Amino acid sequence: MSQGSPPGAGLRVGLFVTCLVDLMRPSVGFAAVKLLEDAGCKVVVPAQTCCGQPAYNSGDRADAKAIARQTMRAFAGCDYIVAPSGSCGGMLAKHYPELFADEPDASREAVAFAAKCREIVSFLTDTLGVERVKARYEGVATYHDSCSGLRELGIRAQPRKLLESVDGLRLVELEDSDVCCGFGGTFAVKYGELSGAIVAKKTDRIAATGADTLLAGDLGCLMNMAGKLSREGRQIRVRHVIEVLAGMTDDPPIGEGAAK
Amino acid sequence: MSVALTTPRFKDNVHEALHDARLQRAMNTAGNFVPRRAAAIERLPEFEALRDSARDIKNHTLAHLDLYLEAYEQRVTQAGGKVHYARDSEEARAIFLDLCKARGAKRVTKGKSMISEEIGLNHALEAAGIEAIETDLGEYIIQLRNEGPSHIIAPAIHVTRDDIEADFRKAHLHLPRDRDLSQPETLLSEAREILRQKFLSADIGVTGANFLIAETGASVIVTNEGNGDLTQILPKVHVVIASLEKITPTLDDVAQLLRVLARSATGQDMSVYTTLSTGPRRAGDPDGPEEYHVILLDNGRSSMLAGEFSDMLRCIRCGACMNHCPVYQAVGGHAYGWVYPGPMGAVLTPSLIGVKDGGQLPNASTFCGRCESVCPMKIPLPKMMRHWREREFERHLEPTPVRYGLGLWAFFATRPALYRFATNVATRAMALIGGGRGRFAWAPLAGGWTRYRDLPAPQGGTFQARWRAKSGAVN
Ligand code: SF4
Repeated sequence: MSQGSPPGAGLRVGLFVTCLVDLMRPSVGFAAVKLLEDAGCKVVVPAQTCCGQPAYNSGDRADAKAIARQTMRAFAGCDYIVAPSGSCGGMLAKHYPELFADEPDASREAVAFAAKCREIVSFLTDTLGVERVKARYEGVATYHDSCSGLRELGIRAQPRKLLESVDGLRLVELEDSDVCCGFGGTFAVKYGELSGAIVAKKTDRIAATGADTLLAGDLGCLMNMAGKLSREGRQIRVRHVIEVLAGMTDDPPIGEGAAK
Repeated sequence: MSVALTTPRFKDNVHEALHDARLQRAMNTAGNFVPRRAAAIERLPEFEALRDSARDIKNHTLAHLDLYLEAYEQRVTQAGGKVHYARDSEEARAIFLDLCKARGAKRVTKGKSMISEEIGLNHALEAAGIEAIETDLGEYIIQLRNEGPSHIIAPAIHVTRDDIEADFRKAHLHLPRDRDLSQPETLLSEAREILRQKFLSADIGVTGANFLIAETGASVIVTNEGNGDLTQILPKVHVVIASLEKITPTLDDVAQLLRVLARSATGQDMSVYTTLSTGPRRAGDPDGPEEYHVILLDNGRSSMLAGEFSDMLRCIRCGACMNHCPVYQAVGGHAYGWVYPGPMGAVLTPSLIGVKDGGQLPNASTFCGRCESVCPMKIPLPKMMRHWREREFERHLEPTPVRYGLGLWAFFATRPALYRFATNVATRAMALIGGGRGRFAWAPLAGGWTRYRDLPAPQGGTFQARWRAKSGAVN
């Protein structure tokens, strides 16, 4: 950011950290905070659990609604609600209105809430107009387009654009980057074998790029791909894209221990 | 072949498919459908707008289906043909067999028809001692192999060229053993040669229909081989077997739908043959059948009209959804266990055979949404798969551990304070156990995950706990 007030100045942004980041990889949450604060936003983290997607996608509308109501209440005072995930971001921004389509009042509330929800990278670029980040990363990275972010929220160019501004990083394209990695939430456990076969195709593609780093914007997909890469004995570092954009890569990559 | 129902054993089918080296080879070498479609759409900037109008045409038709059906029947009758309504597969088969019996038919040639697969026509014919000959090359191949189609437009996509050569050598014993069958062209011309004789001696020709035009009473088929034309022109009787939702108001509407159909299916601007047939041969016509019948199959479709699955009736069977589906691409079409594979099958199959038997299919999806993004008719396939999951959930059809696990999770997820406490403790414990290597090769309750990949370990402590510790926040 050059002179003048930063683009996010005066905005109260609620970080919807997502249950996976909350539980598995808090460092992604801190990377989100850093990026948002660097852009001038005031970040708040209301008490939260999950966006409700596991219930919603399992056909359990009642629990999904209960969780959605709770989330909307928790983030009531925010100008924007931002998530480091296209999948959870898509749930908030696209599926909450659909979830309440049969209840006029709640539906109005969900539509208004959804209009304030964003995925973090596209929030930075599209909403705040951020064009570059100040970060350094030594490596050749490839980027996987997670499905919901890509198809529900139109996230494709944004992360690539910001990654270009990272010093030391070279980005190589991944063939079939728009094909699902096979995660699919509970699908990965319920249909483990099928999911495993799909991710194996993905890791072949990843290895074929010659990149030493794999980035994406959704922790579920990242855990799936990291888990397969390590099972296959492939030495590729896997990180959430915003760890790199925030220049916060001191923690070990996903699936790797502290002792290198 | 009538397809034996194995959908309830979907997981076993998947396991077999993934371990079938021959199938995997075929799937990996098959189809450049995806890049071809992409290139075709690149060439046509108005494609998006065409999708919208295609969707609107079908929505309008479905909203007034009764009127258009009536008009269609009138036109067919005026042209000298006859429309037969079949409530279900059994009725459709019976109508067809009666037509055969009344005419003493011994041999039936068939163009490609998914509805004939749906009603299990070949099986019924065989049982009645009537020879059925598939004339589409792909269908002919799978008929030789005694299999059902594994793709709605490329029924033999699961076989390799080598397989076909072996099948032909086994089946066509009267041909010289040293003939060259090493090229797709030589295989095709051998099949043509065999089929030509059959065309001429068939008593009845059966085709499906891509569209039935209410305005004119014509049925429309699109093919790339021209076999459909011979099937419907040469025999004395032409029978069209199609489902209700194939009705389209006008020829203009069909022209619009054709513009999205071939591009979505194969990436062609148009299929090679688009054939319209309207009634039997008229006085002065150089050729054509003496009789023209249409069997219109409902099989549960009319009950889909009003409900949350009505969007599915817009499907024009282009196959784009399966070509772009990671699940279909991993296991092929037979694993779906019935007639319709891929995302469209995952929605349609439970409608047609019941969610109890078909319920696995809408569950076996990552909801990646690629199908919906390419569907020319803008059918919200993932949303409808979710509707099936809701139906299952309402009826307690999902496995008990799944329901139990989900319930337990929801209990915590709706109690933020308890959730925060429990997850912080749990992630710390997990980090302690797995932290050294940063991952687990095995974890309790996660066997479905860890059998096929490692499970990354949590960093330890939740973000929310760390955030509060750091910022001293109390909210
Ligand atoms: S659902 Fe859509 S993409 Fe799939 S076959 Fe039907 S029309 Fe084509």
